[in-house]
Amino acid sequence: MHIPDGFLAPNAWVPTWAIAIGWISYCLKKTRSILNDKTIPLMGVMSAFIFAAQMVNFPIAGGTSGHLLGGVLAGVLLGPYTGSLVIAVVLSAQCLIFQDGGITALGANIVNMSLIGTGGGYLIYKLINSIWSGPAGKKIGVVTASWFSVLLAATACSLELAFSGTIPLKVVLAAMVGVHAVIGVGEAIITFLVWSYVMKVRADLLYSYQLMGVNHE
Amino acid sequence: MNRRDILIGLGIALLVAIILSPFASPHPDGLERVAEDKGFLEKGEGKPLVVSPIPDYTFPGIQNEKAATAMAGIAGTLVVFGLGYGLAKLLKK
Repeated sequence: MHIPDGFLAPNAWVPTWAIAIGWISYCLKKTRSILNDKTIPLMGVMSAFIFAAQMVNFPIAGGTSGHLLGGVLAGVLLGPYTGSLVIAVVLSAQCLIFQDGGITALGANIVNMSLIGTGGGYLIYKLINSIWSGPAGKKIGVVTASWFSVLLAATACSLELAFSGTIPLKVVLAAMVGVHAVIGVGEAIITFLVWSYVMKVRADLLYSYQLMGVNHE
Repeated sequence: MNRRDILIGLGIALLVAIILSPFASPHPDGLERVAEDKGFLEKGEGKPLVVSPIPDYTFPGIQNEKAATAMAGIAGTLVVFGLGYGLAKLLKK
């Protein structure tokens, strides 16, 4: 869902860059107070893993593919602020090194996949947790939030494209939501599998556990 | 997270980049598909504004396409690891 240069007009990419800078600054401030010696390397490892996983496009119907965005994965493992930074680091590297996503559109891509994908996705995860407590609620939360994070990012992307005058909103929104409803299933499956694995082997690294002061190391 | 954890985590990321990424689906992703179907794909096909060292995840100078992708994956994974780790270190200074 990386928007290239040329898709967005200045009336869309300038304000989204401003929002992205504000969000990143806020996340940097919050992360500074959360990180500790044990979790510093985790930020590097998560960035590396999400970058690598994003390279693996999986096929969906109709000659189309999707790949992990990783917003909710980063959010549940590192918390919404550090997780958002991880996604922003990945997006920036993809843009500058691999020509994946445009430099003018980087702000919009950060808004869609970091602010909305991680921040918004994490909110959905917490909301479900508050309704449905316990391990089952966590599982349902991870799966549901992952799926919705992709849908919400696709919706935001559609709004930016429409606002730019690239394509009418009702045309792009239906198409984007339709295809990402399927891609979101892949997102939910991968996120659930990776999250379950980390829960099993190193639950002490998880953000929610750190907040509770549980640390096994 | 000790040295062993870091190596395991980074090792898993590298394995994904080396083993899985060369076999990724070559089909357009969701946004590209919509752009193609709705006729605005060409808007994004102008000259790139920044010159990227490894455009389109293909490491330059490697003939074999799968090897070029795997190499790009290794380079990217290591660079992004460094960036994430470095940023965290800077924040804690």
